[in-house]
Amino acid sequence: MDTNRRSFLKLGGLCALGLGALPVVDALGKSDLPQVMNNPQALVGKRWAMVVDMKKCWEKGKPGCKDCILACHVTHNVPDIGSIKEEVKWLWTEPFENAFPGQESQFLPTEVMEKPFMVLCNHCAQAPCVRVCPTQATFKRADGITMMDFHRCIGCRYCMAGCPYGARSFNWKDPRNFIKTELNMTFPTRERGVVEKCNFCDERLGVGKIPACVEACKDGCLHFGDLQDPNSEVRKILASHFTIRRKPELGTDPSVYYII
Amino acid sequence: MKIYNANKIIPGLIIFLGLITFPMWYNMGKAAPPPEIKFDTPVIQQMAVKQCVLPKADMRTGHMQLLNEWRTQVVRNGYRTYVAADGKEYNMSLQNECIKCHSNKTQFCDQCHVYAGLQLGSVPYCWTCHIAPKEAK
Ligand code: HEC
Ligand code: HEC
Ligand code: HEC
Repeated sequence: MDTNRRSFLKLGGLCALGLGALPVVDALGKSDLPQVMNNPQALVGKRWAMVVDMKKCWEKGKPGCKDCILACHVTHNVPDIGSIKEEVKWLWTEPFENAFPGQESQFLPTEVMEKPFMVLCNHCAQAPCVRVCPTQATFKRADGITMMDFHRCIGCRYCMAGCPYGARSFNWKDPRNFIKTELNMTFPTRERGVVEKCNFCDERLGVGKIPACVEACKDGCLHFGDLQDPNSEVRKILASHFTIRRKPELGTDPSVYYII
Repeated sequence: MKIYNANKIIPGLIIFLGLITFPMWYNMGKAAPPPEIKFDTPVIQQMAVKQCVLPKADMRTGHMQLLNEWRTQVVRNGYRTYVAADGKEYNMSLQNECIKCHSNKTQFCDQCHVYAGLQLGSVPYCWTCHIAPKEAK
């Protein structure tokens, strides 16, 4: 074949045009179906938060009520190891001086000094556990949840050292043998060698349900909502009540508030 | 020709040959039977069109990639619904979706995995956390 410069350049130009059109062809060729999407019922928020009304809990709750803890631990197959050293907990109680150290004084109301406080992962905006995790197994989600990806957890326990609230538990033993309640077949257990903690019921939010503990509290002491939404339940309560958070001086910016 | 120490070297050679060919004659005539996977679960039997999330060939070669993708989307990105090429929607969950149809895990997943000699035998490590379906043994 006989090629002169003119036809060569023409051909080259055509080829360049074709290459430029590739992305367009690609886009047209793809189906317009989304690959993944949110469940239409899912609750969506920008920063999930909780208000714990301890005052109401002490006034209205039946003595020794553990409905919220039970609901949480049944929902998530949390084992009951039975020893403090190796215990696994997502939602539990602490006395005032452990929950709010540095805030004690001599003549506080007796109930504040003696009654238990509900504590859980604070889903901090500036979470130290997220910063120290070497595998990004713990990370912040767009909805403010400090989430754990159990598939990535290597059990190094840096996060436990980093968390100033003691919200994380390590599985020293295979937890399956210690689940005393009926197994929730829809949620995985964990295995020996991973760390776990409260996930703000991300699996329930994803299908349009509020967290199990909030649902279980019959006295309405737990409130859940979006901190970034001025009309949310939590924002209304925060605007009308004086609330405190755990160890705010550390700058972790917790998302769990307490009415005392 | 004379081999020094032939009375030791020749038996030694024979033993050596026997040892290095051990894997061959040990497995002779014992070809592992190909896996027999069963689709006779209640849910699959009720399906009008028996079809998986992806076409069968893609599932056979790519189900682990699909599971990996689902896991990332659910745990890290918070999406829970998968839209297949035919527009059908699936809940992206190993123990709630795959196992809803393939509720015969020991007759299905495990059959292939044992045959393929996956690490930890019949249990890809998923099932130490994800709860395997109850099956009549
Ligand atoms: C709606 C019910 C349904 C769901 C959900 C489902 N499957 Fe299937 N699966 C089937 C059916 C039916 C077949 C047989 C397909 C065929 O014969 O074309 C199949 C085939 C397969 C095969 C190929 C078997 C072979 O013969 O090579 C694999 C592997 C598989 N499924 C794995 C999975 C995994 C992993 C999941 C979850 C991500 C899943 N399936 C979810 C119904 C389902
Ligand atoms: C048709 C045979 C077949 C069936 C049926 C099958 N698998 Fe597999 N699967 C394989 C093979 C082969 C591999 C290993 C591929 C490799 O190592 O590259 C594998 C690998 C996997 C892996 C990755 C394991 C790892 O350690 O990386 C997962 C997870 C998995 N399968 C889940 C399932 C589940 C869940 C089911 C049942 C719903 C299932 N498979 C059914 C053949 C099968
Ligand atoms: C250390 C425990 C653990 C192991 C091991 C594990 N998972 Fe998970 N997995 C979880 C937890 C916890 C969730 C979160 C469930 C939720 O939020 O609904 C999850 C979620 C998932 C999801 C999305 C939601 C769902 O309900 O299924 C997929 C898919 C998944 N895992 C696949 C796998 C596969 C495949 C393996 C094995 C290669 C595996 N996982 C091993 C604990 C584990």
